[in-house]
Amino acid sequence: MTSPSNQAADPVVGQTIPHESAALHVTGAALYTDDLTVRTHGILHAHPVQAPHAHARVTRLHTAPALEVPGVVRVLTAADVPGVNDGGVKHDEPLFPSEVMFLGHAVCWVLGETLESARLGALAVEVDYEPLSSIVTVREAIAADSFQGGRPKLERGDVDAAFSGAEHVFSGELDLAGQEHFYLETHCSVAHVDEGGQVFVQSSTQHPSETQEIVAHVLGLASHAVTVQCLRMGGGFGGKEMQPHGFAAIAALGAVLTGRPVRLRLTRSQDLTMTGKRHGFHIQWRAAFDGTGAVQALDATLTSDGGWSLDLSEPVLARALCHVDNAYWIPNLRVNGRIALTHKTSQTAFRGFGGPQGMLVIEDVLGRCAPRLGIDPAQLRRRNFYVEGQHTPYGQPVRHPERAVRCWEQVLATGEVAARSARIAEFNATHEHTRRALAVTPVKFGISFNFTAFNQAGALVHVYKDGSVLITHGGTEMGQGLHTKMLQVAATALGVPLSLVRLAPTRTDKVPNTSATAASSGADLNGAAVRNACEQILGRLRVVASARLGVRDVDVRFENGLVRAAGGSEQVAWADLVSEAYYQRVQLWAAGFHRTEGLHWDSTAMHGSPFKYFSYGAAATEVEVDGFTGAYRLRRVDIVHDVGDSLSPLIDLGQVEGGFVQGAGWLTLEDLRWDDSSTPARGRLLTASASTYKLPSFSEMPEVFNVALLERATEDGVVYGSKAVGEPPLMLAISVREALRQATAAFGPSGTSVDLASPATPEAVFWAVRQARGGGQPPRLAPLVEGGVGLVPEQPDPAARPLEPRSEQVASGSGG
Amino acid sequence: MTPGRRLSATVNGENLSLAGTDPSTNALDWLRAQGLTGAKEGCAEGECGACAVMLARADTGSGTEWTALNACLLPAAALDGQEVVTAEGLGAPGRLHPVQRELAVRGGSQCGYCTPGFVCSMAAEYYRGDRSATRDDTAADAAHPRRHECGPNGFELDALSGNLCRCTGYRPIRDAAFALGEPADHDPIARRRAGPPPAAAATWLEGPTGTYARPADLGEALDLLAAHPGAVLVAGSTDWGVDVNLRGSRAPFVIGIDRLPELRHLAVGDDVVEIGAALSLTEVERGLAGRVPLLDQLVPQFASRLIRNGATIGGNLGTASPIGDLLPALLALEAAVVLVGAGGEREVALADYFTGYRRTLRCADEMVRAVRIPVPLSGTTAFHKVAKRRFDDISSVAVAFALDVAGGVVRRARIGLGGVAATPIRAYTTEAALEGQPWTAETAHAAADVLHGEGTPLDDHRASADYRRAVLGTALLRLHAESTAGPVVEAPTGRGVGA
Repeated sequence: MTSPSNQAADPVVGQTIPHESAALHVTGAALYTDDLTVRTHGILHAHPVQAPHAHARVTRLHTAPALEVPGVVRVLTAADVPGVNDGGVKHDEPLFPSEVMFLGHAVCWVLGETLESARLGALAVEVDYEPLSSIVTVREAIAADSFQGGRPKLERGDVDAAFSGAEHVFSGELDLAGQEHFYLETHCSVAHVDEGGQVFVQSSTQHPSETQEIVAHVLGLASHAVTVQCLRMGGGFGGKEMQPHGFAAIAALGAVLTGRPVRLRLTRSQDLTMTGKRHGFHIQWRAAFDGTGAVQALDATLTSDGGWSLDLSEPVLARALCHVDNAYWIPNLRVNGRIALTHKTSQTAFRGFGGPQGMLVIEDVLGRCAPRLGIDPAQLRRRNFYVEGQHTPYGQPVRHPERAVRCWEQVLATGEVAARSARIAEFNATHEHTRRALAVTPVKFGISFNFTAFNQAGALVHVYKDGSVLITHGGTEMGQGLHTKMLQVAATALGVPLSLVRLAPTRTDKVPNTSATAASSGADLNGAAVRNACEQILGRLRVVASARLGVRDVDVRFENGLVRAAGGSEQVAWADLVSEAYYQRVQLWAAGFHRTEGLHWDSTAMHGSPFKYFSYGAAATEVEVDGFTGAYRLRRVDIVHDVGDSLSPLIDLGQVEGGFVQGAGWLTLEDLRWDDSSTPARGRLLTASASTYKLPSFSEMPEVFNVALLERATEDGVVYGSKAVGEPPLMLAISVREALRQATAAFGPSGTSVDLASPATPEAVFWAVRQARGGGQPPRLAPLVEGGVGLVPEQPDPAARPLEPRSEQVASGSGG
Repeated sequence: MTPGRRLSATVNGENLSLAGTDPSTNALDWLRAQGLTGAKEGCAEGECGACAVMLARADTGSGTEWTALNACLLPAAALDGQEVVTAEGLGAPGRLHPVQRELAVRGGSQCGYCTPGFVCSMAAEYYRGDRSATRDDTAADAAHPRRHECGPNGFELDALSGNLCRCTGYRPIRDAAFALGEPADHDPIARRRAGPPPAAAATWLEGPTGTYARPADLGEALDLLAAHPGAVLVAGSTDWGVDVNLRGSRAPFVIGIDRLPELRHLAVGDDVVEIGAALSLTEVERGLAGRVPLLDQLVPQFASRLIRNGATIGGNLGTASPIGDLLPALLALEAAVVLVGAGGEREVALADYFTGYRRTLRCADEMVRAVRIPVPLSGTTAFHKVAKRRFDDISSVAVAFALDVAGGVVRRARIGLGGVAATPIRAYTTEAALEGQPWTAETAHAAADVLHGEGTPLDDHRASADYRRAVLGTALLRLHAESTAGPVVEAPTGRGVGA
């Protein structure tokens, strides 16, 4: 699709510019969905009635007392639903449940003139429950054989033979914590109905088309009767990919039933107790190495904690399995996956989408085994990198493996890793109570939705008679800078200054049938669609210009608001050419479309080439651990990351840094605790507030933070040679966990292998220090087993249902 | 107090009526209802700072200091007669304030939701009167482990400790903060500092859920308290505000006491340091200026600047939380609480003050007027806070030490503990095990075993009981190691900040 005639010498893509809304952000002028509330006359407020049991049957729901509360207008229950009583895409998420599936599940919603009246109304609703037995942890689910969805299996080579002949065999277990998205803006929808019965929902959603579909099927309407708009989100991170739909449907239902606008905004504790999170995983693994440290085989069983409904758990698990290899060649591999059904929030997409959990398997293996193999962890990692010509375990050729090497070598060099490692050894030898360590880890992350159909996008580009340009596309803005990049793409494609291009909010009546803004693919897909629309318009304008300039149309150049012939001196202003085209009755707008070519994926066989390309990166992290408390500091982080030819360097830098810190939060600090006791509080999220669930703050930022984007990294076949950036950098934070492991091991004798709990909180590090000093196994951690058969991962029932093509598919149309 | 007087606040220079506001409405919701939707609710408990705004408050002299506060915790009624500046009031697209400009051009905002709060916290530090760009950047200073937390322009990152950002990873926000210059001469917000702060208004606001009253003086406050037994006393509202927002607490009668002049004295005498109960922790920090080293070490670890700008020493004594960081330190300092009621004043030793979980000797008709710390102070003091996060976290365990070591012998030991019992406690057995012993590693080890057994720690989401006990056990070893080690000078870690 690249046409040489519109590649400007000084393209707007690649320029370092601030976020398109930066001036609005800093002045408080940027509008988020809930900011519309005060601007909407007569709006009602929705408040949930949340169940106090992890699992229970609703035996009586008595809403009349709520209506006695002054200001309460209506209580929404299952009986009010004109369409399908389901807020999800798998038809396993009743919007108004008769069976409570997790503590905090909303059984009905109260509408009030004020939020206070709705809250008091919700307190007045009488609900009787019959408590049922519940499953809270993954281990409980495994013991009770409580699973949901398909059970994918990824296999290559002869695993059993590889183990029987291996020089070194290790096995272990790992419990990975989940993670709360903690977007600063909680879920919010504002809905109203216009004079023709058209439902208009403004929602903080990453997936307006799917929100539209769910609202339509709940209301029993066709999709054309529902419009969803997303102005912007105050953060998404995957948490607003599927979770907004039900809340939007409640607001829309309230608006339809009362004829008044309805606002539904979750408080932080409601958001924490009602919406899904990153999946925690339980992992059993066994690994074989030869004498040189080359990985010979990996056998693992991954059990994800899906929560109460299936949601996106199947594709998340599929991606986890596809990332167990990370950047390493593993000739013989068998990985089984399964999804626990637990009585908790329905876990969902979160930046990385299973990739982080998958990668952590092999990084945990390498980090724990390196000391036992007597090999430096960084050398062990480098030793096992993919080389050109090799394939992933699911059969995709690993293209550009040398980029992982380039990132790695550059980070070693610019990070002065050799010199600093020597200084660290010196420091450790002279400090009794403090240890430092430096760890380097790579990232290889596949870009595209595994589900092939999602890899399409649309855009709408209008050129007005005065030459100004308005673009709309199917992607949503959650802070990742997608809109900024799209403006740059449009300005570049049309050869006009950035100031001439404006962007209108994402809404489903402009661009239909969009995919979620997810899988890091927003810029790749929508950028290509925007560019496609621009090129259609340019193709028509080129004809007009060619006549005007008297040159062949292929020789017309569009640059910086001027139109001229290649090599010629005559030129026409963009606006004049546009005006001329209008009078010649030339269509000045276009709908752009893009589909990613060359993808194929068999989800049942777990085989194919699901990814357009791989993103690479490497991080070197230095930490310091205090032996008295386990507290630690991130002293320095160096990153080299591959974003292709950056569309917008300031934006990409921000994504790399932000992703890294968010990943570090997941691995070190953020600690979801659920009550798994047998008290009535069983199933309660104990960390359901900002004061108990701690995100990284300024004090967790690396003290020195050097991030470089890999140079000479043009990616063929992607818009302006760029690459996706949203998710991959998150996994660079695995270097933090590995540095903590190494610093902790340095409290013990040489060759100490450390079992580190996840998240590696100061407490977890403290126990690991105790272990390194010979003080016994950390609590609740199984030790690494060396030699023999080891701990053989549980091999799931061979008759279990694999993933199916529909596993990643979602509902379409009403009732889908 | 004049019932019927029109209540109002000056917001971004404009006088806005507070009439019709319910006493349970917080300042954030009120501001947003006025159409000023820049400030956001991110958590409604003062943890995220997305709601931060600036208030004109008294500085240490006769002028005004722009003080950043969490609007979600402050009752809207407390804005009566006050001056507020929000992100909208600092600048607008097309005429950005220097703070806004630096954040915008450096990529300091991504989703932008936390940004207006960051802008206000950052602007308050920008306008801090004693922020100095002439900081001496010597080699020793360059090696300071916290050097990266203070900019060459004197900007202390601690000013942003109460603001969370989930997108950026903070580096561009730090760079923006450190790039700020000095306010221009004609900057009206800077010029406002030279004038006196707004006087405390005598406020009386009745609404459907109850009444908010701000008495003019202590006598009036005590009369109100006598007339309304069970009234909630509110100073910075950093605890009560959370109850209102998160637990739906509503009080029939709230008395705002944070501006009472009788509660705002700070006096350093020969025998005692007296700190007024209504002084915020920031005011205490500034007022003491390092004269009580233990508090000086503690205060930066206490919650966040945003919280400390509101939270008072009296509030800490009133709520008497077992995990409040201040109380173990005051125990180690052998402080006394001055209670005042209709019948006059009485002084209670802090060690006797706590009677149970969040229960104290304070009677319902009394309020805390001040806290007294006897001087001279012990020579070796330290505050160890064990938490997940260094900025703005609640302690798993807090240990405050005050030791007198003379001639190599521990003459006197006072140790206060938080997070290990239903109340803050003194570690009496450990103190006894230390006193009279030589201050050696052997003594520290022996006493550490005793300290390990103090209190009755619990398992919770912050930490396990075992961990709490374990870090109690290492606290004395750490104190000994730190008190006997010389200053460590180390090379800086790398190429400096930023990419």
